[in-house]
Amino acid sequence: MNWDFILKYLPLYETAALLTVKIGLIGIALSIAVGFLCAAALYFKVPVLRQIVIVYIEISRNTPLLIQLFFIYYALPKVGVAMSAQFCGVLGLAFLGGSYMAEAFRSGLEAVEPIQNESALSLGMERSQALRYVILPQAVSISVPAFVANIIFLLKETSVFSAISLMDLMFTAKDLIGQYYKTTESLFLLVVFYLIILLPVSILGSYVERRLRYAGFGS
Amino acid sequence: MAEVLLKVKDLVKQFDGGTVLDGISFDVRRGEVIVVVGSSGCGKSTLLRCINALEPIQGGSVELGGEPVVYGSKNLARMRQQIGMVFQSYDLFPHMNVIDNILLAPLKVQKRNKSEARAEAMELLKRVGLEDKAESYPRQLSGGQKQRVAIVRALCMHPVLLLFDEVTAALDPEMVREVLDVMLDLAGQGRTMIIVTHEMQFARAIADRVLFIDNGKIVEDSDPDTFFESPKSDRAKQFLNIFNFERSK
Amino acid sequence: MPDLGLDVLFKGKNMLRLLGGLWVAVRISLISVALSIPLGILLGIVMTWKNPVTKTVTRIYLEFIRIMPQLVLLFIVFFSSTRTFGWDISGELASVIVFTAWGTAEMGDLVRGALISIPKHQYESGAALALSPFQTYFYIIIPQTVRRLIPLSINLVTRMIKTTSLILMIGVVEVLKVAQQIIEANRMSSPNAAFGIYLVVLIMYFMICWPISMLARYLEKKWR
Repeated sequence: MNWDFILKYLPLYETAALLTVKIGLIGIALSIAVGFLCAAALYFKVPVLRQIVIVYIEISRNTPLLIQLFFIYYALPKVGVAMSAQFCGVLGLAFLGGSYMAEAFRSGLEAVEPIQNESALSLGMERSQALRYVILPQAVSISVPAFVANIIFLLKETSVFSAISLMDLMFTAKDLIGQYYKTTESLFLLVVFYLIILLPVSILGSYVERRLRYAGFGS
Repeated sequence: MAEVLLKVKDLVKQFDGGTVLDGISFDVRRGEVIVVVGSSGCGKSTLLRCINALEPIQGGSVELGGEPVVYGSKNLARMRQQIGMVFQSYDLFPHMNVIDNILLAPLKVQKRNKSEARAEAMELLKRVGLEDKAESYPRQLSGGQKQRVAIVRALCMHPVLLLFDEVTAALDPEMVREVLDVMLDLAGQGRTMIIVTHEMQFARAIADRVLFIDNGKIVEDSDPDTFFESPKSDRAKQFLNIFNFERSK
Repeated sequence: MPDLGLDVLFKGKNMLRLLGGLWVAVRISLISVALSIPLGILLGIVMTWKNPVTKTVTRIYLEFIRIMPQLVLLFIVFFSSTRTFGWDISGELASVIVFTAWGTAEMGDLVRGALISIPKHQYESGAALALSPFQTYFYIIIPQTVRRLIPLSINLVTRMIKTTSLILMIGVVEVLKVAQQIIEANRMSSPNAAFGIYLVVLIMYFMICWPISMLARYLEKKWR
């Protein structure tokens, strides 16, 4: 292992990691928003919108992110929709993540017993009040583990961004391997940086999941 | 005689083509305790759900204090505030502690003063012997304790009518008593109640009138002594026989 | 109607070439799944052992494989095998190694989950009926785990197929690479080919993954 090489190229990886994190976070935030809206459309059986959401979820979940990105970045400009690579990355991640987040929220909503809604209604609450005070708080806490798993999944998926020539961690590693043949060092840095990004989220995820599984409300 | 509080007229409820309630009519006067009995699946729980408009009905009407209770109507939430309902189980909100469960609707729906509502809630909790559980979460309570909290939660809305849907059916035998005692206490206060139950001795002790439902129809509507001693219909006789055992040896 | 570059698809053997590229990706996932299932079952059983050494080793393996993006794993195997061991392995072989390692980890975790989710009284009631431990396993435990596992393993197949799109990045000539080649070759005659071709590739992946997902969902509902 050549430590001088590692120190020399550390800043390059830092820049790349920041790009990965930046696009990842914006994409994930958008995924959550998209997922929430889609889950609401499904839960309330909004006509038309519900059918659109179902089609979207099937397409998004049954095609690879890499192909989605190729389509957004290379194909859409041919019909006049050209966007920067970074914007395409965010858009692709949100397109993919939206459906995963929607499923997480939806299964959370469905896991709340119908009697919870009924007893709220029988106390004289309006549907909107029952949703806000009784259904949503429970649904959100039920979906937290799936939600964290999705965040990790989406952060991992950002590794394909180099395919649309974004200078992320993969791009940097491949570049250094190609230029200097420092394979071991380049790969070592790659793994370390992904661990720095992903380990905290993963640890937080298993902590939250354990708390929810073994404890729940009131401990 | 006290005035009529609840008027159920020709109520019809169908599920997927099957008729569960087939023209149910009865009146409940203020202060009356009605016990509804019948074999499982006879529609007695559905009847309570229809009175509270948790289910759409296919015919007939429900009126409380002269005002109709209609599924999906604009004033339904207001009508439901006057009807307290306690379910078989699982109806406390698991993400809130006992006092928040009780205060949620008085504060958010009736917009009552918090300290006044809280004082009332504590008073009611004391009455059912749970004043030390105010800060506990539902999962820390036994089944009997949960049902007593659910009763308090309903009472705190000042309902004029209370509906109890097999509230002891999911409880261990030793917890049944503590819940039934609370209900006896409420009857003693002159509350108007409709109770669906399988506890026959309790039914006899608490009821002013017993409704026996079979195949979606009211087959008997009589005072408890008449019903339990000399039922008129064969169906009621058969039903009551289930609870009698003879020595096998 | 703008030129969407769909005509390129029907030129020469372009469609067949794309399908051939798709087959490369599907073949790699099928081989990997076929290897992952038996290895995963083995790993899952080992993971239920109480031995601290096997527990730690399998745990680290599982966590590392699952936390690393699959592309990073591909890079590690593809680039460092040459360097460290002097093997010059092909991209396809590297892909099969990585996807099998990944599939084994995922499958192992599913098997472990299914095994520990069978309540203890199932074993006890088997014993109470005087079944031997082998009979208990064969007639009671395994049928229950298999029902839970089949939909989940089918899901693993779709995840595997979607993930094989990554092998483009280590130079395997699969459907995306073929697509790039076709687009490049027709750059002059059909400048908008990228739209039609990538759209078709997207549809191809969907047509493979969607029915498999539907099957998994159907079985999950049926066997719940």
